[in-house]
Amino acid sequence: MIAEKRDPLVRMVRRENISPAQALFIRAAALVCALLTGGLMILALGHNPFAVYADMIIGSLGTRTVLAETIRLAIPLLITALAISLAFKMSFWNIGGEGQILFGAVAASYFALFWADTLPRAPLLLIMAIAGALAGGLAGLLPALCKAKWDTNETLFTLMMNYIALCYIKYLQNGPWKDARLRGFPKIAMFEDIAKLPKLLGVHVGWIIALALAALVYLYLHHTKHGYEITVVGESPRTAKYAGMNVGRVIVRTMFLSGMLCGLTGFIQVAGADYTLTDSTAGGVGFTAITVAWLSKLNPAIMVFVSFAIAMLKKGANKIQTTFKIPASAADVLTGVLLFFMLGCEFFLTYRLVLRGGKERLDG
Amino acid sequence: MTTPRPHAIELRDVTKTFGSVVANDRVSLAVRRGEILALLGENGSGKTTLMNMLSGIYYPDSGHILVDGREVTIRAPKDAFALGIGMIHQHFKLVDVLTAAENIVLGLSGGVRLDRKALAGRIREISAKYGFALEPDKKVYRMSVCEKQTVEIVKVLYRGADILILDEPTAVLTPQETDRLFAILRAMRADGKAIVIITHKLHEVLSVSDRVTILRKGRYIETVETARADVQSLTDGMVGRPMRLAISRVEAETKPLCGVRGLTVRHKDGHSVLEGVSFDLCGGEILGVAGVAGSGQQALCEALAGLEPGAQGRIVVGGVNIAGMNPGQILAAGVRIGFVPEDRLGVGLVGSLNIAENLLVRGYRKQRGIFLRRGPAKAQAGELIRWLAVNATGPGQRVSKLSGGNVQKVLLGRELMEAPQMIIAAYPVRGLDISASYTVYDLLQAQKAKGVGVLFVGEDLDVLLELCDRIMVLCGGRVSGIVDARTATKEEIGLMMTHAHRRTEAAP
Repeated sequence: MIAEKRDPLVRMVRRENISPAQALFIRAAALVCALLTGGLMILALGHNPFAVYADMIIGSLGTRTVLAETIRLAIPLLITALAISLAFKMSFWNIGGEGQILFGAVAASYFALFWADTLPRAPLLLIMAIAGALAGGLAGLLPALCKAKWDTNETLFTLMMNYIALCYIKYLQNGPWKDARLRGFPKIAMFEDIAKLPKLLGVHVGWIIALALAALVYLYLHHTKHGYEITVVGESPRTAKYAGMNVGRVIVRTMFLSGMLCGLTGFIQVAGADYTLTDSTAGGVGFTAITVAWLSKLNPAIMVFVSFAIAMLKKGANKIQTTFKIPASAADVLTGVLLFFMLGCEFFLTYRLVLRGGKERLDG
Repeated sequence: MTTPRPHAIELRDVTKTFGSVVANDRVSLAVRRGEILALLGENGSGKTTLMNMLSGIYYPDSGHILVDGREVTIRAPKDAFALGIGMIHQHFKLVDVLTAAENIVLGLSGGVRLDRKALAGRIREISAKYGFALEPDKKVYRMSVCEKQTVEIVKVLYRGADILILDEPTAVLTPQETDRLFAILRAMRADGKAIVIITHKLHEVLSVSDRVTILRKGRYIETVETARADVQSLTDGMVGRPMRLAISRVEAETKPLCGVRGLTVRHKDGHSVLEGVSFDLCGGEILGVAGVAGSGQQALCEALAGLEPGAQGRIVVGGVNIAGMNPGQILAAGVRIGFVPEDRLGVGLVGSLNIAENLLVRGYRKQRGIFLRRGPAKAQAGELIRWLAVNATGPGQRVSKLSGGNVQKVLLGRELMEAPQMIIAAYPVRGLDISASYTVYDLLQAQKAKGVGVLFVGEDLDVLLELCDRIMVLCGGRVSGIVDARTATKEEIGLMMTHAHRRTEAAP
């Protein structure tokens, strides 16, 4: 009627329901956008994006050797993501996966380094696994106890424990556990062969443990009373209290389990992948696993695939560093771009945008 | 012939959707200057959404808004201010640590220096004009709810609003404060302001408005002259079919059940939210709890349900002192208390779980072994859905996808299925439509007839007087009296809500 009337340019509208096909389309579109943006970046570095992407795929899946390597990267991611999803489902923000992995690795390494000549292989590995899980579990227990008792902030607490673990390993490297044979190099000795995890189909048996744990965590979260308590405590602690749950006990118990799984990851890393303990044993897995857990919506079944995909990305990024001399930091940026789009598309799964003059559809 | 003066505000065919939910479907209304228009509708009928489009919080999908006959676009609250539209929201938007005057000028453009003297003078001028009682230099955190509301109203007047929208302004007021507010609204009407008051209380509509616009489920139903409307006709318009309005009190035999003595609950910072509360609740009676919002109702309910670990005093139910016990211990002691909390999804239910899984909140601990069996709960949920006619796709539907009334049915149904001795119901009809509210009243009366003791915390005094046997009035965490609901009057209870009046305890 009058020129003054003008709509805003873009409006956000919340989606009520989204069909699986629509969701798939949005995710696919996000992937395409990510590849395009990454492609532009590669182009700017002076390389052919198609060649680089092809190299990433071949470099992570192309041969038995690289596939085994990719799976080896996926194993710690999967187990740690399972661990973190236990805590996150309870709205307990455990970002101390890194530290819990390291505490587990230290405990497992202790037996690998000092008990290898007194114990046969099977009991030694079993004791290493148990020690790793317990140490990780205790590291998870501490912030949980303080949260249950004094309502401390678990995010800060678990984060700070990461640094304690890291510094403790540096101390061990430089002090009591330093390998005397290396003449001054601050490194811990390689494990004896009997302290190494056996291989199955070219990859250490950690992959079987990881898949079994995925099934167990799924069962635990969805079909046990404990899993039910985790959901209720996570979403509505007061409802949990009203249901007669001991909220503190649920928090402590679940965080012990979460820490145990991280500790187990530590054991698998030192005994299966690195054959020694270093300050990069965890190598950021504790943080990347948070991404895996969120991308999978805390669903263990999806986590299996997502952790594999992230491992592919990491392995592929390593490969293009050597093939194209693309600097490591640029490869990291590429990984970041892909993750940014995959996480960012979640917004479009919840909202849609209506442009000026756009018709509102009532069917949603 | 002269052209008629244009309306202060006119909405034509305004539509607003949220996803697949149509909050407003081609709604039209108009208000003149010097008129009070009541916007009437049940919860969820789209009243607040409609007014939020006038105040710039939402933007309509389609339709026209006219101010003084000229079409306008309101994209943000500042556009609304520029057009002289001021909204007083249900939840106040004030900064606690600032004074009334500071809150009033907050966000206004102007120099760096604040001329407090001139400001206070202007505020006194506005207050005197319409009859507000407001101290410009009082800090907001020291104010009562009623005073805070006054600040909100003066704030929009100070900004030059001559079109005022009030969203459920009486929800937090005592009857006396409501009368005072209405006197102010009439003074503003006489001054030529256009006023829209959103409400679902019919008596208020009849006492203060000139015309009523009725909405139902997001649709415009009709606009009538208040003088030609009555409670029944308004209800019929709101609900869409004739409604039985009277609550007929069921008579039941009473027996001693619960005695509360000296119940005191203190916050972490030491100030008490409940101070020395004592009362008896009999089996076979409904004891109402009245009071201005925040007078200790929540602490009382949660202490009785075992959710206030620091509660002092004695709570004896069926011979067992449950004070200091948690819900698990209360259950283990053989005391069955059903609790329908004010915050249904925060204390009673879990939104992301389905109906069957929400029933397990009460029953899962009785299961043996480590695994959770959902089967029995599913059957029970199916039963509940049929019993209370819950509008759900089945036991597997998530509770967060249910409407408010159906959420309440699931919660109430679950608690009643546990065959409680005593029910604590906090604002059980809040957010429910009229027919769902009556279902709740009937359910509670049926429990009373079975010999269950019911504690009913309510906000509508008319309902409390009709439904309850006795009414306990709380004020500032203390009991200011317990009256017989058959003989007490609304005015009497209103005075007790502000402690101006005491009456000796009515015998149960």
